[in-house]
Amino acid sequence: MPRLLLFIPLALFGVLILFLWKGLSIDPRELPSALIDKPFPAFKVEALLQPERQLTTADLIGKPILVNVWATWCPSCRQEHNQLLRIAQENKIAIIGLNYKDNRQAATQWLTELGNPYQFNIYDESGMLGLDLGVYGAPETYLLDAQGIVRFRHVGVVTEQTWQELQAIMQSWGANKNV
Amino acid sequence: MIPELGEFALILALGFSVILAIVPLYGAASLKTLWMEYAKPLAKAQFTFMLISFICLGYAFAQDDFSVQYVANHSNSQLPMQFKISAVWGGHEGSLLLWALILSGWTLAVSLFSKGLPLDMLARVLGVMGIIATGFISFLLWTSSPFLRYLPRYPTDGADLNPLLQDFGLIVHPPLLYMGYVGFSVAFAFAIAALLSGRLDAAWARWSRPWTNIAWAFLGAGITLGSWWAYYELGWGGWWFWDPVENASLMPWLVGTALMHSLAVTEKRGVFKSWTLLLAIFAFSLSLLGTFLVRSGVLTSVHAFASDPERGFFILVLLVLTIGGSLTLYAFKAPNVKSESSFGWLSREMLLLVNNVFLVVMAVTVLLGTLYPLLIDALGAGKISVGPPYFNALFVPIMGLMVICLGLSTAARWRDTSIENVKQQLMLPAMASLAIGVIFPFIYGDGFNIRVFIGMSLSLWIITTVAQEFKGKFRTSSSVVGKLKQLSPSYYGMMLAHIGVAVTAIGITLVSIYSEERDMRLAPGEVIELADYQFKFLGTKPVKGANYVADQATIEISLDGEKVVSLHPEKRRYNVKRSMMTEAAIDPGLFRDLYVALGEPLADGAWAVRVHYKPYVRWLWLGGLLMALGGILTVFDRRYRKNAKQQGVAHA
Repeated sequence: MPRLLLFIPLALFGVLILFLWKGLSIDPRELPSALIDKPFPAFKVEALLQPERQLTTADLIGKPILVNVWATWCPSCRQEHNQLLRIAQENKIAIIGLNYKDNRQAATQWLTELGNPYQFNIYDESGMLGLDLGVYGAPETYLLDAQGIVRFRHVGVVTEQTWQELQAIMQSWGANKNV
Repeated sequence: MIPELGEFALILALGFSVILAIVPLYGAASLKTLWMEYAKPLAKAQFTFMLISFICLGYAFAQDDFSVQYVANHSNSQLPMQFKISAVWGGHEGSLLLWALILSGWTLAVSLFSKGLPLDMLARVLGVMGIIATGFISFLLWTSSPFLRYLPRYPTDGADLNPLLQDFGLIVHPPLLYMGYVGFSVAFAFAIAALLSGRLDAAWARWSRPWTNIAWAFLGAGITLGSWWAYYELGWGGWWFWDPVENASLMPWLVGTALMHSLAVTEKRGVFKSWTLLLAIFAFSLSLLGTFLVRSGVLTSVHAFASDPERGFFILVLLVLTIGGSLTLYAFKAPNVKSESSFGWLSREMLLLVNNVFLVVMAVTVLLGTLYPLLIDALGAGKISVGPPYFNALFVPIMGLMVICLGLSTAARWRDTSIENVKQQLMLPAMASLAIGVIFPFIYGDGFNIRVFIGMSLSLWIITTVAQEFKGKFRTSSSVVGKLKQLSPSYYGMMLAHIGVAVTAIGITLVSIYSEERDMRLAPGEVIELADYQFKFLGTKPVKGANYVADQATIEISLDGEKVVSLHPEKRRYNVKRSMMTEAAIDPGLFRDLYVALGEPLADGAWAVRVHYKPYVRWLWLGGLLMALGGILTVFDRRYRKNAKQQGVAHA
């Protein structure tokens, strides 16, 4: 019987490992989005650079796009800006900006200074669209398919690696269509 | 070219650690002397190539080789040289390389300083350390090589080191902490070697004691330094945040403290063998678990710059193999719980055991608080976090109980003590500490305070009981100087460490209760009053550092109209990362710190300014240093050297 007592530490460790194992599969950066495989929330908001232009969900439909949530108050957005410019140059997918809780003047200046990778920018000054979308912070990037359905969500800076992942996802759609 | 050499050296080091993990252990199992003799040269070879690899990475940093991904991500050409060097361990890959280097360093040290050790024991110890090294170097090579390149298109300049880490504290903190973490691998290896050989006498406890004490001292110094760093660098005057990474270093320290005491009992009295073995396994397991928690991204915290599930799985497998393997070995080979010598209810053995249990309970409390959010998440109940209230509510009372026992154990003797004897010795210390505890808040503060009373009484209880015991040493000897010389360094080390506990406890008590702070908008020329001091804001001016620009404020502090000091806190903006940093300015003192930090700039040259008055905050770290110093002192006992010589002769 005392022999069995010596197995207690091992058993406890086993339980701990089970939890750690489970914990690993929960990626803290991959925040679950309630919107995955659902349509992008409906909106009617001004464009950033052309205040007279009203943008709606219809502007997002037709081809796959990336929706990038950014703001001038967000240092990480500056960090990912060059990567976005590179993606825009490759011309494989259109990037739509969602300028989140920002100041129009500052945002316009930012795009003039750093270059503009976006086809157009949704000017979400109040952050209401961000709320509907479940934005956790900037930067975030959403991949939408041609029907305007949210397929993938990335929280944090878009890096070359993220871009490879996004391309892989888009290629898998292409493969499915061929089948 | 140089980075490739580094990678190649790392591969060679892996080769040597694989051989080290196999040959000496096989030799020890099959009693082949030649095979066992290989352990020492292998340890040397492994260390040599780890060192080469590490120097290569340092060279890449010094030369601004931004074709190396790790360098490009953690350095910048504008970075001052000392930070370029410390940036080597500023990220995941480099800090693991440092981990592995330190492990091979400890392995080398064991092979050099264990002349008195029987050959088979030495072979087993080094072999076990070789197994650990194999795991970690493979981890480095397969998932986290710091030598990967960006080729052919590499960035012209690096992304810079996180500004928080551009600081003296961060040059020294990780190496110290890792010395401690990894140092417990020696005690672990001795425990495993003892289990493997089946020779579970007191000898292994004697051999592993100095190693455990040194590792414990390093870990303590590392934690102390980390707390000090957080205090002056994070800019809000806190010194402990119960952050998962801090907890990860505190847990092995707590269990290490228990291990140190348990080893002493096992060596002196031959009891608690199974318990000591288990603590040795736990101390190192918690070090590994700490590495896992920090490196896998399982828990997100301020520190967790590396979040990568693939790496997480690798470390988890390492954990399962090392900890699972050693606990299995323990379950089958540990001696049954029966003591060879008996001890009474009121004896030093018993009190040390009780304190051991307290320490382990504290470690488990911290472990639960750290893992609980993970557990909740794994059960699918959402992301939550338990904060300081949980830790303070559980940790502080247990610490109080432990301190009471600490005082009692100085009066108790080995084997058995009569209650009368203990009472007679402790009556005076108890009275004195309670009395000063009552009076102190009246003199220092403005009236009785129950928390100050408890904290101060407990701290003084340690000091007075230690002093009482020290005095007792002279009862039988006629010459004071002779007795002072006769007492061993390890005795002085123990006293120093226990005084250190008291000093830290005083610091915690007073800074927690008597701190004052104010947060105000200040225009140039305006004054805030805090704890009798006047803080006059004289405006800011722009200054330029090597890789940042800053607004530097001048704040003149005076006490009753007399100028004390001028402080210059800064708000820095780092060029490359474009991040803002608050650089607090501190006027340190043994009895109080004055701490000033800039908040946000407001209109018309005014700033949000935060000022703190922190009484006795230095005592926190002073106590930590005394404990570490005490740990180091114990190693200078003559008996370790004498034993080494005698046994060396006996073997030759």
